Formats: sequence, structure tokens, C-alpha cells
Amino acid sequence: MDPLSEYIRGITRDNPIFGLVLGLCPTLAVTTSVENAIGMSAGTAFVLICSNIFVSALRKQIPSAVRLPIFIIIIATFVSIVKMIMQAYFPPMYAALGVFIPLIVVNCIIIGRAEAYANKNNVFYSFIDGLGISTGFLLVLMLIGGIRELLGTGQIVTFDYTLITLPINPSVTTMILPPGAFLTIGSLMAIVNYQKEKKRAKGG
Amino acid sequence: MVEKELFAIFMDGIFIKNFLLIQFLGLCSFVGVTKDVKSAAGMSGAVVFVMAMASTASYLIYTYVLVPADMQFLDLISFIVVIAALVQLVEFVVRKNIPSLYRSLGIYLPLITTNCAVLGAVLLNENAGYNFIQSVVFGVSAGLGYTVVMLMMAGIRERSTFVNVPSAIRGLPQAFFIALMLSMAFVNYFWVIPI
Repeated sequence: MDPLSEYIRGITRDNPIFGLVLGLCPTLAVTTSVENAIGMSAGTAFVLICSNIFVSALRKQIPSAVRLPIFIIIIATFVSIVKMIMQAYFPPMYAALGVFIPLIVVNCIIIGRAEAYANKNNVFYSFIDGLGISTGFLLVLMLIGGIRELLGTGQIVTFDYTLITLPINPSVTTMILPPGAFLTIGSLMAIVNYQKEKKRAKGG
Repeated sequence: MVEKELFAIFMDGIFIKNFLLIQFLGLCSFVGVTKDVKSAAGMSGAVVFVMAMASTASYLIYTYVLVPADMQFLDLISFIVVIAALVQLVEFVVRKNIPSLYRSLGIYLPLITTNCAVLGAVLLNENAGYNFIQSVVFGVSAGLGYTVVMLMMAGIRERSTFVNVPSAIRGLPQAFFIALMLSMAFVNYFWVIPI
């Protein structure tokens, strides 16, 4: 195991959305804009990395019969920290993300990684794994948020910088409403499946 | 304290703020357990029960334990513990009385603990400042809204098993496209009717 390939694995093969298919709720709900996507991933990344480190450091002490409740308590503690920090320093972001910041507690990605990875590996690799998975999550959320914002409003505005403006404004309002989320993730998932099939056909 | 009629809250929970299609809460079970109607119905029953109980219990704990002790910052941790205990209870009952349902629900039954729908209902209650009866009504109606959509989705997916689609779309993408159409119906019909 070398750290770099462990890091890359979180973005490609174990990508939380397209590989493991975990944490769909925040992926669909907060990706109405790139800005929200970044805020959500930042919160999730902090909780994921901290809980991975913590669980991994305590993995010899945690009795396996009650490990899940202990994981949830650890995660809930870090989520409370994130919630208070966001409420205090980024109130507009907190208002936009709403109930999904406290709901990081029940994001399957975090407890899934605690159970599947941090519980079995040392602190350093758990940290790398958390970093890789968070990066994968960030990239997917930004991709979905970008597609929806661009088609829905005609431009991408992130933290007061206009990144891209389309020459004609398509303004398909549906894209920033709930159906747009299902359409985007369904299409992206179909493309990923198609690529996987092509690769498999080539390999054997 | 928001003064809102109970009927309005009830309709809110089922249609206008539908948990699966409008708010995106509880999607893991939405794509995971809707392959046939029977397990979707069982799952929905369990979720309705847990959601109603969790709304009740968390309201009581928040109002009579956390607020007097001035420890509101512990809300998340205490809610998740309450929900975990309730799910454990449901699991015992289902395993003892309906073993076939227990087997078909598989991993999703213990995962109700980490189902965002349940914690979401509790947190939305807290944010909206509902009183006791309003909280219970919202919890039950959100559960019913979840049930309606789960049953529709399972029915459609059951019938679309033999539809000939490109292999890349089979499975999850197909489920998302069905959800897209259901969601469009919900957004267009229930957002424009002011109740």
C-alpha cells in the first residue's frame, strides 16, 4: 500500500457516489449551485477525516459488539462542532444548506468508512483514505452542482466570482428544482456504467 | 411558536414537503428496497412507526430535559441515541413475528438508524418550532408521504423489470429516471396548489 494510490482510489474506484453509491441525500439536495456543493463537501470532509482518525486511533479499545453506537457518538460530536462553526462564521451558507449540515451524522459515507476502513487500518492510512474519499465527494458534488447551476441559471457564480456565463441563457428552471437532480445523477451514472462496461469488454 | 393548522401540516408532510421526492431525505432505502412491493411496504411500515415514535420521544426529551438543563447543543447526539434505541426495538419485534420480512429487508432494517428521513423529520420539527401535537402529526404524515412514494416506485419498478433498456441504464440509472418522472409530477402538482 502506498499512500498516493490509496488517495487516488478514493477518487476513482471507491468514489463515494459512483463507486460505493453512498450518501445520495446530500448529493442530490444541496447541489443547486457550486457554492453549496463546496460548503457541503467541506463540512463532510472535516467530519470524515476527523472521525476516520479518531476511530482508527481507538480501534484497539472499541469492543466490537458495541462499535456502531460508539462510531455514531464520535461522528455526532464532530458534526455538532461543524454545525456550531458554520452557524457562527458562515450564516448564509448555513441557511442555504439548512437541515443537511446536522444530517451529516447519518451520512452513510462516514459510518461506512469507519466500519470498512478506519476500524482495520492505522491512523495514517485512515487519514489518507478520508482525504481521498472527501476529494471524490467534492469533485462529484461540484460536477453535479455545476451542471445544474449552468443549465438552470445560465452562469456559475461562486463566492461572488462569475466563472462561466453561457452566451444564450437556457434557464431550464427544472434543473435547479428537485427533478433536475434526479435527471443529472441518473445520466451521469448511466455514463459511468457505460464506460465501465466498455473497459470490461476490452479487458476480457 | 408557529401557529399552523394541523391539516396544513398533514398535507405538508405527505405532499408539499414530500421527504423522498422534494426534500431528498432517505434516498438510500428509496433506491435500495424498492425492487418489489412487499419489501417496500414492510420498510415503509417500519419507517412510519419509527418516525412517529421518534418525533414524540425527541420532542419530550428536547422540551423537558435539554431545555431546562440548558444543554440544547446536545440535541443531535440525544436524538440519534433515541432513534437507535427505537430501531433496535422494531428489529426485535420484526425478527420475532415476521421472519420472512426480516430476511427480505436485510441490512436496511438496522440502517433505519442512519436513514436521514427519520432524523430529518426530528430536526425539521425542531427548526419549525412545532408544539407536541404538531410534531406528532408532522412525523406521522412525513412517514405516510414516504410510504406513498415508496409504494408507487416499487410498483413501477416491479413492472419495468422486463423492459428492454440498454444495459448501461439497467439498475440504478433506471431507478433515477423513474424517480425523475415521479418528482416532476409532485413538483408541478403540489407546489402550485396553495393549501
